[in-house]
Amino acid sequence: MMTTTTPVKAEARNLSFFYNGGNHALKGVNMPLYENKITALIGPSGCGKSTFLRCFNRMHDLYPGNKYEGQIVMHPDNTNILEKSVDPIEVRMRISMVFQKPNPFPKSIYENVAYGLRVRGENNKRMLDDKVEEALKGAALWNEVKDRQQDLAFNLSGGQQQRLCIARALATDPEIMLFDEPTSALDPIATANIEELMSELKNKLTILVVTHNMQQAARVSDYTAYMYLGELMEYGDTDTIFTRPTRKETEDYITGKFG
Amino acid sequence: MNPQPQANTLKNLDEVRAMIKRHKLNDYIFSIIGLLCLMVGLLTLLTLFIDLILSGYPKLLSASFYTDFPSRRADSAGLLSALVGSSLVMLVTFFSAVPMGVMAAIYLEEYAPKNWFSDLIEINVSNLAAVPSIIYGLLALGLFVYILDFGQSILTAGLTLGLLILPVVIVATREAIRSIPIAIREAAYAVGATKWQVVYDHVIKYSFGGILTGVIIGMARAIGETAPIITIGALTFIAFLPPSPITTAAPFLNFEWLSSGFTVLPIQMFSWLSRPSEAFHVNAAAAGVVIILVTLLMNGFAIRMRYKMRKNIKW
Ligand SMILES: Nc1ncnc2c1ncn2[C@@H]1O[C@H](COP(=O)(O)OP(=O)(O)OP(=O)(O)O)[C@@H](O)[C@H]1O
Ligand SMILES: [Mg+2]
Repeated sequence: MMTTTTPVKAEARNLSFFYNGGNHALKGVNMPLYENKITALIGPSGCGKSTFLRCFNRMHDLYPGNKYEGQIVMHPDNTNILEKSVDPIEVRMRISMVFQKPNPFPKSIYENVAYGLRVRGENNKRMLDDKVEEALKGAALWNEVKDRQQDLAFNLSGGQQQRLCIARALATDPEIMLFDEPTSALDPIATANIEELMSELKNKLTILVVTHNMQQAARVSDYTAYMYLGELMEYGDTDTIFTRPTRKETEDYITGKFG
Repeated sequence: MNPQPQANTLKNLDEVRAMIKRHKLNDYIFSIIGLLCLMVGLLTLLTLFIDLILSGYPKLLSASFYTDFPSRRADSAGLLSALVGSSLVMLVTFFSAVPMGVMAAIYLEEYAPKNWFSDLIEINVSNLAAVPSIIYGLLALGLFVYILDFGQSILTAGLTLGLLILPVVIVATREAIRSIPIAIREAAYAVGATKWQVVYDHVIKYSFGGILTGVIIGMARAIGETAPIITIGALTFIAFLPPSPITTAAPFLNFEWLSSGFTVLPIQMFSWLSRPSEAFHVNAAAAGVVIILVTLLMNGFAIRMRYKMRKNIKW
C-alpha cells in the first residue's frame, strides 16, 4: 500500500486543546499528514476542525488563556511545534495558512504577495519581483494581474482575492499549507480553479484542508479525517472513507443523513 | 367559490390599514418633535454666530486687525500676538500629545496583557477625558510652573493642553485600531510577522485616518480652551512676539520661543470683553468669529481627511 511508503510530514500526537473559557475543543487527536498529500478534514459545524487546523500554525497563541496538550511533531527535524520553547513565528514561517474568507491587506497586489518576504527582511527588488511572479503563477493568478500588480487588492473579484491569498501564503515556500474552507465564499468556477490549484500545489508541499463540501473532499484529497465533538472519529485514505467507512456515523455524515 | 372568506379578508384588510395609519401617526409626531429639538440647538448656535459676525464685522474685514498688537485704543488693537501665541502653543500641544497618545493607545491595544489592571486603566483614560479643564490648569501650575520651573510660558501652556487632549487622542486611536478586522491581523501574523511588524506595517497605517481625526478634534477643542491657560498665568496684554522658531543662521531652529510669555485667542477675546468700552466689544466679537472659524476649519479638515483615508480601505 501507498500509505506505508509515503513519508509523514507532520503528526498530531494525543493533541488536546482548551479555549480560554475552558472549552475542551479537541480531545486526544492522533493524526498524520503525509508528505505531498492532501488531507481533508470533515465533520459537522462546531466539531473542532478550525480549532485543529489553527493548532498547526499556533494561531491560538494570539489570544490569551488558550492551552494545548499533546504534540504536533514535524518531520524530518522531529520538532514538536507546540513546545513552549518553539517560537510561534518560526512555526508560521514553515506552515502558512489560507483563511475561509479572502483577507487581502488594503495594499497593492504586489505588496500583498511580497509581505511574507518583507517580514523575513527581504528587500532586494529583483528578488522580490521574481518571487512575487513565481507565487502569482503558482496561484494561477499571474495572467490576470501581471499588468496591474500595483492596483489595490480590493479591486479583485472574490475568487481572485482568494488566489491572491494563496499566492501570499505560497511566496514564502512553506512546508505545509493549511486551508480553512477556502472555497466556501466562492462560486463553482472559482471553486474549481482553487481545487485544481491545490492538486498542483501538493507536488511541492503538504496540504491540510477543512471543507464542508463532501464532493470537494472526495475530489481533491488523498486522505480524509472525520471529526465529531472534538474527537477524530475516523481517518483513512479518501477512497476507503467515502466507499467503505468503518463507522456508521461517518457514513451517515458523508451521505448527508446527519450534520 | 366561497364568498364568505373573501368578505372576511377585505374586512381584515381595512382593519389592518386603519391600524397602520394609527401607528404611522407616531412617526409624524416624532419627526416633528425631533425636528423642533434639532432646530432649537442649531438656531441658537446660528443666531449666536451671526450676532458675533454682525457685531464684529468692521474689525473682521480690516487687515490690520490681524497684524496689529493689542493696544489701549480699541481701533488700533489687533490679534497678532494671540494668533502667533495660539499657533505656537498648538505646535507644542501637537508634538506632546500625539506621539504620547498614539503610543499609549498602541500599547494598550496590542501589547498590554488583558487583566483587571488594564481594565482599570481603560476606565480611567475615559474618565480623564471628562475631567474639567481647570483641574488640568491647577495640575500644570503645580507641576510645570513650580516644580519643573518652565515658567508661565508657551511650553507650559502647550504641555497643559497636550495633557488635556491626551485622553481624546488615546480613545480615538484605540477606536481606530479596533476597527481593523481580526482577519487582517491574523493574515499578517499567519505569514510570520512579529507584533511590531503587524503594528508598524498594518495597524498604524490602516488606523491613520481615524487617529488624525481624533487628533484634530482634540486640537480644535484645545484651541478654544481658556480656563487652564488663565490658571497657569498667560498674559492678557502682550505687545511683542516670541523669538522666531526658525532662524537664518545654522542650525536654523531656535527654541527660545518655548520659554517666552504669550497670549492666546480666547484669552485675548476675554480681555477685550472685560473692558467697559463698547469699542473693545467689537474686537471681542471679531476674535470670537476667528476662533469659531478656526475650529470649524479644523473639523472640516478632519472630516475630509477621514473620507480620503478611508476611500481605499473597505471594511
Ligand atoms: N474563540 C473561541 N473561544 C471559545 N470557544 C470556541 C472559540 N472558537 C471556537 N470555539 C468552540 O470550539 C468548538 C470547535 O469550534 P471550531 O471553530 O473548531 O469548529 P469547526 O469544526 O471549525 O466548525 P465550522 O465548520 O462551523 O467552522 C465549538 O464548540 C466552538 O463553539
Ligand atoms: Mg471552522
